[in-house]
Amino acid sequence: MANDNEIIDNIANKEYEFGFVTDIEMDVAPAGLNEETIRYISAKKNEPDWLLDWRLKGLQAFGRQKLPEWQNFALPTIDFQKISYYAAPKSKKKYDSLDQVDPELLATFEKLGIPLSEQKTLAGVAVDVVFDSVSVTTTYKEKLRELGIIFCSFGEAVREHPELVRKYVGSVVPYSDNIFAALNAAAFSDGSFVYIPKGVRCPMELSTYFRINTENTGQFERTLIIADEGSYVSYLEGCTAPMRDENQLHAAVVELIALENAEIKYSTVQNWYPGDKDGKGGIYNFVTKRGICKGANAKISWTQVETGSAITWKYPSVILQGDNSTGEFYSVAVTRNKQIADTGTKMHHIGRNTRSRIISKGISAGQGQNSYRGLVQIGPKADEARNFTQCDSLLIGDRCGAHTFPYIESKNNTATVEHEATTSKIGEDQIFYLNQRGIDSEKAVALIINGYAREVLNQLPMEFAVEAQKLLSITLEGSVG
Amino acid sequence: MLIIKNLHAEVEGKQILKGINLTVGAGEVHAIMGPNGSGKSSLASVLAGKENYEVTEGEVIFQGKNLLEMSPEVRAREGVFLAFQYPIEIPGVSNINFLKTALAEIRTHKGLPPLDAKEFLRLSKEKQKLVEFDAKLVNRSLNEGFSGGEKKRNEIFQLAMLEPALSILDETDSGLDIDALRIVSKGVNKLRSANNAFIIITHYQRLLEYIVPDFVHVLYNGRIVKSGTKELALELEEKGYDWLKEEAHENAPTI
Repeated sequence: MANDNEIIDNIANKEYEFGFVTDIEMDVAPAGLNEETIRYISAKKNEPDWLLDWRLKGLQAFGRQKLPEWQNFALPTIDFQKISYYAAPKSKKKYDSLDQVDPELLATFEKLGIPLSEQKTLAGVAVDVVFDSVSVTTTYKEKLRELGIIFCSFGEAVREHPELVRKYVGSVVPYSDNIFAALNAAAFSDGSFVYIPKGVRCPMELSTYFRINTENTGQFERTLIIADEGSYVSYLEGCTAPMRDENQLHAAVVELIALENAEIKYSTVQNWYPGDKDGKGGIYNFVTKRGICKGANAKISWTQVETGSAITWKYPSVILQGDNSTGEFYSVAVTRNKQIADTGTKMHHIGRNTRSRIISKGISAGQGQNSYRGLVQIGPKADEARNFTQCDSLLIGDRCGAHTFPYIESKNNTATVEHEATTSKIGEDQIFYLNQRGIDSEKAVALIINGYAREVLNQLPMEFAVEAQKLLSITLEGSVG
Repeated sequence: MLIIKNLHAEVEGKQILKGINLTVGAGEVHAIMGPNGSGKSSLASVLAGKENYEVTEGEVIFQGKNLLEMSPEVRAREGVFLAFQYPIEIPGVSNINFLKTALAEIRTHKGLPPLDAKEFLRLSKEKQKLVEFDAKLVNRSLNEGFSGGEKKRNEIFQLAMLEPALSILDETDSGLDIDALRIVSKGVNKLRSANNAFIIITHYQRLLEYIVPDFVHVLYNGRIVKSGTKELALELEEKGYDWLKEEAHENAPTI
């Protein structure tokens, strides 16, 4: 019969399923971060001068910034000069159809189960795949173009829609925001760009799979989503990375801009390589995600399911500038083995009658450490602002940890701020109860976990929710004997 | 259906069952009574296979198979159902989804395909009606925020859905008001058949007015010290347990 120690040991012994390396000739920049590298990247991408200048400002900001020291875990030393900042498959630059794409690359995506083929995208998912740094193919572009929706790689957006990119890039996450945002501004390789025109409701979920492949390359993608007045878009981001012995740095930046009456829903399922049971290898996932509700009645909703990475460090935030605007954050973060997750959100209430809702569910197993860190800030003009925060922690075994760091700053006494927190453990009595109804311990744990995370999973688009549910079960599979 | 022979068990080194002998046939209802701490609930836990109950001696044969060799989930799939004295709350897991999973596991074990959504719904409606279970509770999280009575009624609803061969009701009457008691008993009576059997663990004779047992056993100090028919329950109600305790001490085996 199972006990907590077996749970821990079994989780620890679970191998990462997506650990394989695709053998494709790569175009790799020499390691190191300096002006030369930045100029190399910019030249490779035929970028305009304004973008090169912006990158160089980012590089300067990076030089001025220090690594944060407020975290409650030991940050491993990262040698930024040992990382290569650009890797792109050596291949034809553009693809008109899937047939032109390197078959081995397609096989990789096949293994990951990415619905890239036309039949699968009929299910309603348009996929923009970022392979290491360069966007390879974008499906359903034509259909979207008819509606005036722009969904393309960042690089393409720079070429085709420079005025939009120039207007908005860095407007929510400036290059000087933090050291990783500065790094990204300087060295970002590619990413996704979305523009939804006025009054358009995007008819399908837009989806990007990110994947880190080449050894020792950081992935610094940048995503920029602009929802014009009265528009709506739901964007999905999924990540997997192959197994590596050396830690890889992932310092992405996501910027969302919702104008008046617009709504952006951004969902992430993150499954980067978490490292082995001794904590060796694994991705450092240091991401800056921020959205702004610029106009009145705008809404931005972040949903994330984080099961991977050695260290996850991210706080998808919303600046609630427009009156009556709404920000939401729904999160499930799982840590096991020696994984660390320090995640949460920031809600900056600036406009009147702004609303925010934070639901955070942490799950810790093994020796995993899970922290919720959040800031709710009510500005002096945010009359009648409202926030509701709920942070729950679930512990499996007695060697893991859950921590909560909620910060509340209110400069307006008409605001209402609520905070609820719970900590629970998967009890042997719960597992036995389910056993006694014919359900084995493994399924019992999956049921309990999915039940616990349901409030968040419900926020995901249907297909993604099923995937996320499976991922949670797989992640904690073998958790009991 | 169930043969318990000389069953000894302990928890954390403390002996709690000291040689139980009991035979339960199909179609029978056995009541097990006894004072607090006599081992009644422990017997239920041992039969269900609860961790940290260690069987040190004896055997339990259920439908010709060695029950003690099976894991708790296999016992359940084979048809042993324990209605818990304190049903567990599992937040976020919907009652119906849980039952669907449980029923599918049991059916798979029996080589049957899982019911499709429509059949399952029909079965669920039928059983809700049979045991007068509130439809609103069906879609709520499993036992979360249920009142004591609602939890007990949920146990009987699950029993009705899973149709076990042997049901063990562990103090199902405790914490029930008279109306709830009547409803629960009515449910159990409707579920009684020639093919299944019930072991009803209770403190009080009251429940046995509604669910009439074929046999009554008195458990004291880890042993069955007296067995009889439903009249024994009435006698206990009248005289209490003390006279049996004395008798038991006089007759206690010297080994």
